[in-house]
Amino acid sequence: MVVTDIPTKIVYERPEALDPRVTHYCPGCTHGVAHRLVAEALDEMGEVENTIGVASVGCSVFAYNYFNIDFVEAAHGRAPAMATGIKRVLPDRLVFTYQGDGDLASIGMGEIVGAASRGEQITVIFINNATYGMTGGQMAPTSLPGQVTSSSPTGRDVTRQGHPIQTAELLSTLTGSSYIVRRSLHNFRETRRAKKAIRTAFEVQKQGLGFSLVELLSNCPTNWGMSAVESRDWIEERMLAFYPLGDYKVSSAVADIKI
Amino acid sequence: MPAKGYIIVNELYCKACELCVTDCPHEVLALDMERLTSRGYHPAHMVKPEACTACSICAVVCPDAAITVHRYEKQKAEG
Amino acid sequence: MAKELIKGNTAVAEAALRAGLEAYFGYPITPQSELLEHLSGRMPELGRPFVQAESELGAINMVYGAACTGKRVMTSSSSPGVSLMMEGLSYIAGTEVPMVLVDVVRGGPGLGNIAPAQGDYNQIVHGGGHGDYRIIVLAPSSVQEAVDLTALAFDLADKYRAITCIMLDGSIGQMMEPAEIPPMQPLKTDIPDWAVRGARDGEKRLLTSINLDPPAQEAMNLRLMTRWQAIERNEVRYKGYYLDDADFVVVGFGTAGRISLSAVRAAREKGLKVGLLRPITVAPFPNTVLDELTEKVEGFLVVEMNAGQMLEDVRLMVRGRKPVEFFGRMGGVVPFPDEVLTEIERLVKGPRTTDGHPRDRWLARLAETIG
Repeated sequence: MVVTDIPTKIVYERPEALDPRVTHYCPGCTHGVAHRLVAEALDEMGEVENTIGVASVGCSVFAYNYFNIDFVEAAHGRAPAMATGIKRVLPDRLVFTYQGDGDLASIGMGEIVGAASRGEQITVIFINNATYGMTGGQMAPTSLPGQVTSSSPTGRDVTRQGHPIQTAELLSTLTGSSYIVRRSLHNFRETRRAKKAIRTAFEVQKQGLGFSLVELLSNCPTNWGMSAVESRDWIEERMLAFYPLGDYKVSSAVADIKI
Repeated sequence: MPAKGYIIVNELYCKACELCVTDCPHEVLALDMERLTSRGYHPAHMVKPEACTACSICAVVCPDAAITVHRYEKQKAEG
Repeated sequence: MAKELIKGNTAVAEAALRAGLEAYFGYPITPQSELLEHLSGRMPELGRPFVQAESELGAINMVYGAACTGKRVMTSSSSPGVSLMMEGLSYIAGTEVPMVLVDVVRGGPGLGNIAPAQGDYNQIVHGGGHGDYRIIVLAPSSVQEAVDLTALAFDLADKYRAITCIMLDGSIGQMMEPAEIPPMQPLKTDIPDWAVRGARDGEKRLLTSINLDPPAQEAMNLRLMTRWQAIERNEVRYKGYYLDDADFVVVGFGTAGRISLSAVRAAREKGLKVGLLRPITVAPFPNTVLDELTEKVEGFLVVEMNAGQMLEDVRLMVRGRKPVEFFGRMGGVVPFPDEVLTEIERLVKGPRTTDGHPRDRWLARLAETIG
């Protein structure tokens, strides 16, 4: 039995920056984890009343419902441009986009490269789950070679359907980017590291050090056709090899940030 | 070893994904197959509370921010 | 302030800045680029954001973001670039945030050319982007009028939370004329209640064009359309020339209106009782005056630098009560006043008919001329 009449200290609780409502995400979907980590970072930094989020199109289209902060909703792929517009006129606010892989790495590749190359002082939370979640599990720009999706029913054939895009690596080549890292949400340890990276990315912006992006390897149990637990194993066994975790770009000024 | 704390699962949020159950290093958690939440899920609950170390792993991996972790202020409690 | 000789694009840019433009986002395209170039120097001088975007998609979505903060924002482009912006314009209309677009129209379709044209009337006036929305469209016929309408464009956008387009055909954008640019106005200080700001007053604000619930979407559509009705009631602007005793009326906007005025004057010198109706707002369209004129006159000649796009709006109002003829040049060809005068004389002389479609008659004549 649980003893509750002894004084306790709460060591983990739902962050205040999260809205009380229940998300529409499937059971086990790590979108929820990513949302919580963003909320925790904003809580810790005291930035809840100084932040504007830009939601994208995809499964996270309703992200704006799940945070107690100002939000705007972008057209598919255009969140970095919209964030640019906001940040340029309100430079003292924290502005971030929350984008999936179809949104960012396919239809929105022009906008993300433009924003990164300009060194826009925005933060991008990039969810890579190797599929188009909302529309039913079609092949994404990030789907792995051989991956079966609803639009690559015999597995992604790279000779016909091209190769997946490694976004963190690609954006790290741009002089304008300051902090580009890839983390994963498939277990406790990596989730903690992801949290620290998100916090760092917001600090980069707060200190005016340039463009920051955290790519988060995530799951899609429903469209991958497996349980939540199996889906995290799939990240570890399949995605990590193609999408190595690591710090792809850390500018010298960013390296001095201590959290 | 006595419990170092306990967790509260907010059943409004729990979707029975079992990530907390799987990741708990001390097998403290299981889905409660006797009950359904208002949304129709078998919620996670503590089945071995005496083993809880209040490590927060369950809360960190929870996709729905459903878990609050309490740690006893003094280490005298018994599960 | 004295008049200065200034290019249309530059004049509009400076007028926008002085009307309180707080952020500009654009992408180079001929024949609009002087507008972007002027602001690329002036905006940073004043500490205001200027971004040359990665594309027109980027530019319009930067405008979208900045507009959500309630600031005065603008972009400018020309026909193919504006086509790319249509997605963003629909979102901006659906989110009900104000902005100003300058469209320096060139010859099309496709890549077309960089000569002046009016072929984008339908795109700008009757939609372009998806969904039910209307935008306010101002069509100046001189550099001075373009300057004067620029401040108005921002005022109308703010007043109705709407998109206002200043539709310059390429000739107005490129020509140099004497114009007086009004003095610098202070920046807007009041932030509209709907604008995002970072929940600073503890209140969360959300700006989106999503309405998954059809009845909620319909309520939003109704709000937009009711607002458009108010715009139609309050904001129609046009200029009439020699209308009081006119038996025949030429209708033309922008450069076509200006050329038509020369032709109307020449016709007057020949003793023909001809007037000109030049819509300044092509949306909302000056329907009432056109309706009144229809009762008075014997016929209309619509002149455009396209294949008869505004022509359909005129015909809709005249409703077959009087003959309507059309004369246009397309593809970046600018008509001469003499050509318009010939058309006026043809209309006056007759025979006139309300049968058939004026475009068919015009195309037959045009094929003889240029075929």
